[in-house]
Amino acid sequence: MSSVKTRRDVLGTSALRPDGPAKVKGEFDFTSDLHADNMLWGATLRSPHPYARIVSIDASSALKIKGVEAVVTSEDVPGQLTYGLISSDQPVFAKDFVRYMGEPIAAVVADHPETCRRALDAIVVNFEVLTPLTNPEDSLNQSVPSIHPDGNVIRNQKIVSGDITATGPIVVEGDYVIGMQDQAFLGTESALAIPDADRKGVEVFVATQWLHEDQKQMAACLNLPEEKVRLTLGGVGGAFGAREDISLQVHTALLALHVGRPVKMQYGREESFFGHVHRHPARVWMRHHATAEGKIVKIEARFLFDGGAYASTSSAVLINGITHTQGPYKCANAIVDGYAVRTNNPPCGAMRGFGVVQACFAHEGQMDKIATAAGISPVEVRLLNAMETGDALITGQIVESVAPVARCIRETAALPMPDPLSPNAHELDLPGGSGLTAQPHNIVRGVGWGVSIKNIMYSEGFDDYSTARCTVIDGKVTVKFATSEVGQGFVVLAPQIARSVLGLDDVVCDTIDTNIGSAGSTSASRQTWMSGGAVDGACRMVRERIFEKVAAENGLNPLSLVIEDTDIVDSMGTFRIPVLQAVQGSVFSEEFEHHHRATEDLDDDGQGNCHVAFAFVAHRAVVDVDPELGLVKVVQVATAQDIGVALNPLSVTGQIEGGIAQGLGLAVMEEIIVQDGKVRNPSFTDYLLPTALDAPNVVASFVEEYEPQAPLGAKGVGEPPCISVTPAIVAAIRNAVGKDIPRCPVRPQDICL
Amino acid sequence: MSNNEFYSLTVNGVQHPVQDAWVGESLLYVLRERLGLPGAKGACEQGECGSCTVFVNGSAVCSCLVMAATVVDTEIATVEGLSSDGTLTDVQQAFIDEGAVQCGFCTPGLVMAVHHLLDQNAQPSEHEIKEALSGNICRCTGYGRIFEAVNTAISRRQENAR
Amino acid sequence: MTVYLPHTIEEATALLEAHPHALVLGGGTDVMVEINFNHRKPSDVVALRNVDELRTWTINNETSSIYIGAGVPYSEMESGELQKVAPALAAAARTVGSPQIRAAGTLGGNLGTCSPAGDSLPVLSALNAEVHLASSHGVRSVPFAEYMVGPKRTSRTATEMITGVTIPKANGWQGYSKVGVRNAMVISVASACLAIQDDMVRLALGSVGPTIIRCVEAEKWLHENFATLTDLQPADCAEFGRRAASEARPIDDHRSTAEYRRHAISVLAQRLLQRSIQS
Repeated sequence: MSSVKTRRDVLGTSALRPDGPAKVKGEFDFTSDLHADNMLWGATLRSPHPYARIVSIDASSALKIKGVEAVVTSEDVPGQLTYGLISSDQPVFAKDFVRYMGEPIAAVVADHPETCRRALDAIVVNFEVLTPLTNPEDSLNQSVPSIHPDGNVIRNQKIVSGDITATGPIVVEGDYVIGMQDQAFLGTESALAIPDADRKGVEVFVATQWLHEDQKQMAACLNLPEEKVRLTLGGVGGAFGAREDISLQVHTALLALHVGRPVKMQYGREESFFGHVHRHPARVWMRHHATAEGKIVKIEARFLFDGGAYASTSSAVLINGITHTQGPYKCANAIVDGYAVRTNNPPCGAMRGFGVVQACFAHEGQMDKIATAAGISPVEVRLLNAMETGDALITGQIVESVAPVARCIRETAALPMPDPLSPNAHELDLPGGSGLTAQPHNIVRGVGWGVSIKNIMYSEGFDDYSTARCTVIDGKVTVKFATSEVGQGFVVLAPQIARSVLGLDDVVCDTIDTNIGSAGSTSASRQTWMSGGAVDGACRMVRERIFEKVAAENGLNPLSLVIEDTDIVDSMGTFRIPVLQAVQGSVFSEEFEHHHRATEDLDDDGQGNCHVAFAFVAHRAVVDVDPELGLVKVVQVATAQDIGVALNPLSVTGQIEGGIAQGLGLAVMEEIIVQDGKVRNPSFTDYLLPTALDAPNVVASFVEEYEPQAPLGAKGVGEPPCISVTPAIVAAIRNAVGKDIPRCPVRPQDICL
Repeated sequence: MSNNEFYSLTVNGVQHPVQDAWVGESLLYVLRERLGLPGAKGACEQGECGSCTVFVNGSAVCSCLVMAATVVDTEIATVEGLSSDGTLTDVQQAFIDEGAVQCGFCTPGLVMAVHHLLDQNAQPSEHEIKEALSGNICRCTGYGRIFEAVNTAISRRQENAR
Repeated sequence: MTVYLPHTIEEATALLEAHPHALVLGGGTDVMVEINFNHRKPSDVVALRNVDELRTWTINNETSSIYIGAGVPYSEMESGELQKVAPALAAAARTVGSPQIRAAGTLGGNLGTCSPAGDSLPVLSALNAEVHLASSHGVRSVPFAEYMVGPKRTSRTATEMITGVTIPKANGWQGYSKVGVRNAMVISVASACLAIQDDMVRLALGSVGPTIIRCVEAEKWLHENFATLTDLQPADCAEFGRRAASEARPIDDHRSTAEYRRHAISVLAQRLLQRSIQS
């Protein structure tokens, strides 16, 4: 009899997503798909002005509309009137002032979305319109009046490292501008709140990145104990940082508690642009001093992040930006000054890359300038300066992580280049595509490089732990966690971990909700490490219990037992039992909290071990440019990424390709246009996302060096793909047209005028 | 909403009465909120993302841009109707196998667009595939796995045809 | 609030006569955006989807003209027979929105909305299209130049509907180019149609003025200075481009700048003319 070995979906395999079948059939419940009996719709009244004093709000006409149940304003907020991730500075509803276009002023609840829209139109708000503060440089001017009680400077931090008088024969300088990018997840903000019968508690289904943080902020605003605000993750249609902050959570719960009926809120695309924070637009000035050979001697830098009207995570974004000034390169001497400021522009906060995107765009522009000055290639200058494990950052922190920077660069360089553009190229392969703007002879090709370092996990002393429970009943494994599945694939990884640790194959994920401890946020490339560590820990604890049971029953030493595939064996090789058989009739359940090592705040000179760990990546971009029209087609992006180990290669590839597309967006098309504090393009007609015809061919190589600090040896892979691809593409454009372009996204006029 | 509209829509071969609807309601809204067919997703409300793709008389269109009350005499097909017995279509299976699904919000619309493409053109070129899918925005995958899924579906169809 | 679904042009015009404020709905791809974004509250709607005669097109070899019904979707113009006789229109149709939009959107809708960024409109302008309008009082035909009178403003009256257009069969080279900041599914930042019809070069521009701009001066310069196109040197094509650009009246907006748009027109016009010579 031959036994057929079936492939097990353990760590290291490209196990398929358990939510895949429901998603392809349209049966997966996104939050926006949820309904409740007797449900009403909520909608938000938003400010048309970037800065104004609210003189009066009159909702009487709105309340007369048939179908309108209630209108709530700041007066109706029972608890804390403000919320915020780091500082509680953002009003649930604007009370005295509106500080950005789109700020919520009131919410209505009615029987139909169209009734809501009519009610919103009927609410009369009298504004005293004020002159908005829109230039972040002005926010630094002490004589400009504060637009918020907390002042116009959210945070200032310096880094002073080594010999700040050092210099070298090569001095290159650049003043870089990074536009405001939107996360543009496809599933807009949505929540369904169901009030308890006594209206002293509420159950909320919401698409979020961090259930417990939402719960905490909501409970404070609703004046309820946290356990009375029970959150369940509704299906999440992408996140990318935009669901870290509160958007409609408090409003939905407040309306539901107010009327005593289930309420659903669902933003349209236009409202979504106003309803969440964006990537900070930034201005980054850098001056690099280098040896004649091109080795970095010193970096001077100044960062200015426009945080918009409210703080959100601006202070952490600032720290991420300035502490990554040097990029993945050795540098002993630096003087950096960074500011995150308040303006009457849209609030900005987390987006994939979190401050490092802005730093990387600048330092990679600088590396190319050093290369030119030293007469070496972009690859050579990067290899010459490549950071290694054990190097000190400008913060004084030693990089303990595996740091295969040179290997990432070399492996990327070894990936095949695309064929040259054919004189008979298909029109869709040319910049301009079906617009038929160009013929092949109009096109020039360019190649550019970008390499980056990114911290993973939260920084500056924050203990962003994660919790998981593993329960085994008759061999059926359930893993429970509050980790937000936003598309990244933790729901496929968690069962893989359990199968590998336990030798059992029947694994399901429990509902993701607040009936377990926090998992921290699905951000900072941290969930594979943190929640992966928690699931791994919980499963290992269960495995110990199983070993204890088996050992006791068989007179063995539990420490001698190991899992081999699906069997428990002892180290002598004399005992073997299938795990499934060993656990029949038993129940095991263990919970585990995974904490990363402690970090610390920066001191006044920006010194301190503020980050947990780092990941690295290299990108090489090949672009075809129409120099006369300024249109670009990104032909190929090659990348080698430091990932630790590939726990699920298919998922890693998905993160790499997806991140590259987002980085491409920031390089050549994605920008929220804000003029005088007003958003001019809050729609997918005018905020352009890469389509199937814009996405480049991606050739990727995994750089696998087991990371000893990580519980599974794997680094987070979510953010690095989108960080250095943007400067790589812009460098390729510069290379094609021979022009210094200091901003992204690159607009056609930046190339051809 | 007060209104005076009563009509019926034929979706996936089944007649559905629609009552008390507001005239401005899109087909997407009616499918999702009135007929219990939330497979088509709304992400832009202006035909710029393709998440709401359905077939109206065999044409793949954005249901957010179809006034529901105007398609009373048509055959409407949604992602829920792709497979009558709950099994996966070849395109759906290929999406899962090739990792074309991440958050999944764009997926039903893309699955519809790919079915439409392959129904019209069994052996599309790489350019034809990209142009046919250029109206479906995916924010997670960067499209690489989606192209793989289409190619897998095509080759499996060819194998099955042999 | 009523949705009317007439089956004939006659029924449709009668409805418009009775409900002059009714919303006329073609493919819906413009109107529904306005409704979804709360910019328009429809009252009565006359939806033309069931008027089969609007969905037909014919090629008249005697008059060497093409009639295209207002309800013909872009997807039908992109390829096939229409592509052969109206290549610039096909090229323009291919750039409209996405495949889904092209399956629903119609030529009549592009004319009804009449945005300066309407993709088919430079083609209609360059080809001196006749726009056919019908009301319960009769029919009339208006040259495109008299039809479009401003941004989203036309000479159509409230009780008239667009039934179709007539354009000449191509008897010379035709080309269409559109600049957008994405390689698919994008609103035009600048566009141009160059058509050589009866040996006369005609050039029309989109998205660079309040209406589609016909470059009459550039056309005249070319006609008066060059007996045949084969005489044209590259520098002449560049001059043609400059002259076309000087006729553009672009503005700055969130999609682009006036300066870039004018520049883009000079490049597009130059390249289109060069392509016409090469062919």
